[in-house]
Amino acid sequence: MPETISLEVLRYSPERDTEPTFQRYDVPLNKDWVILDALNYIKDKVDGSLTFRWSCRMGICGSCGMMVNGEPKLTCATFLSNYAKEGRPVRVQPLRYFPVIRDLVVEVTDFMSKLQSVKPWLIRKEEKPTSEGEYLQTPDQLNRYKQFSMCINCVLCYAACPVYGLDPVFIGPAAIALAQRYNMDSRDEGAHERMDVLAQHEGIWGCTFVGECTKVCPKNVDPAGAIQQYKLTATIERFKSFLLPRGAK
Amino acid sequence: MSDARQTTRYTEYHPRWYRSRVSTWWWLARWPYLKFILREISSVFVAWFVVVLLLQIRALSRGPQAYSQFERWLQHPPVVLLNLIALFFVVFHAVTWFNLAPRAMAVRFRGKRVPDLWIVGTNYAAWAAISLVVAWFLVRS
Repeated sequence: MPETISLEVLRYSPERDTEPTFQRYDVPLNKDWVILDALNYIKDKVDGSLTFRWSCRMGICGSCGMMVNGEPKLTCATFLSNYAKEGRPVRVQPLRYFPVIRDLVVEVTDFMSKLQSVKPWLIRKEEKPTSEGEYLQTPDQLNRYKQFSMCINCVLCYAACPVYGLDPVFIGPAAIALAQRYNMDSRDEGAHERMDVLAQHEGIWGCTFVGECTKVCPKNVDPAGAIQQYKLTATIERFKSFLLPRGAK
Repeated sequence: MSDARQTTRYTEYHPRWYRSRVSTWWWLARWPYLKFILREISSVFVAWFVVVLLLQIRALSRGPQAYSQFERWLQHPPVVLLNLIALFFVVFHAVTWFNLAPRAMAVRFRGKRVPDLWIVGTNYAAWAAISLVVAWFLVRS
């Protein structure tokens, strides 16, 4: 095994550049290093101007998502040694489909406001007073939505979704999966409110089921599944609203 | 959706952010994307088989002479070739959709989610059963 490995990192300075360029760095190929360790090595020892986001280093914070050889990855969970055998430099780029602020840092406000639009919190028709205690839930009820609650908002699924790339008004995988997380929660009563946002063209119907969001998800959330399941729910609800009298809905 | 449209407008005020354009050929960049596009195109061939079936029924209703003419048309090499390609795409369509079915169907039984394999298996079993019934009709005649 060679002692070093080359990284081709996308550089973009909003003050100087009109187009991004690639810069090559050689870093030590340590067996236990992930891509993020290599980037931190570059920043500490080689080029302090390299800009990227990171925080926890353990796949919880969702900050360090980047494109590694064209695939959306959490760089804290992607080992350098996996790319050593390929014999060519590892390409590190900012997450696809998001505007680049500088180097590897992207602007994700679009996702944040979409997330907010699906109201990802418990909605009650009437809040019960705290004196009446908690809203209880059985383990079975928890299991219904637990998978969707594992999302860390890393937006790798958006970078994997060609629909989002081609049609940026699409609400996107993570926001819909998180809406489902609350829709399927036995304590929540807000499914109807969320449907206004979800059951329209920019919502679930924008999804053509490419399925890549599920494949790249580092937390096995399965956003593609959440969207298809919600398509079924929305269709049933629509038929109900046609067929049933008002009171029975 | 008005909310989302508002949020995509923000880039106008930040001309220094770099936005790359999505290539027209994005679907050639990765095999899963190409597979997805092929799956979408397969719907054209599914529609083609529906047209063939409708033509067949029309020929059937017009009597034996029209039907034998229809059969001769089916034997033309270009039609055979087109139908072979269509068959490939229809099988591709069926297999890819059956494999995706567990994503869309979260069936629960006694509080637990039914394993993916069961849902895929049920789809294939139904396909095989219906094919057997059709085959039985064909062999019997």
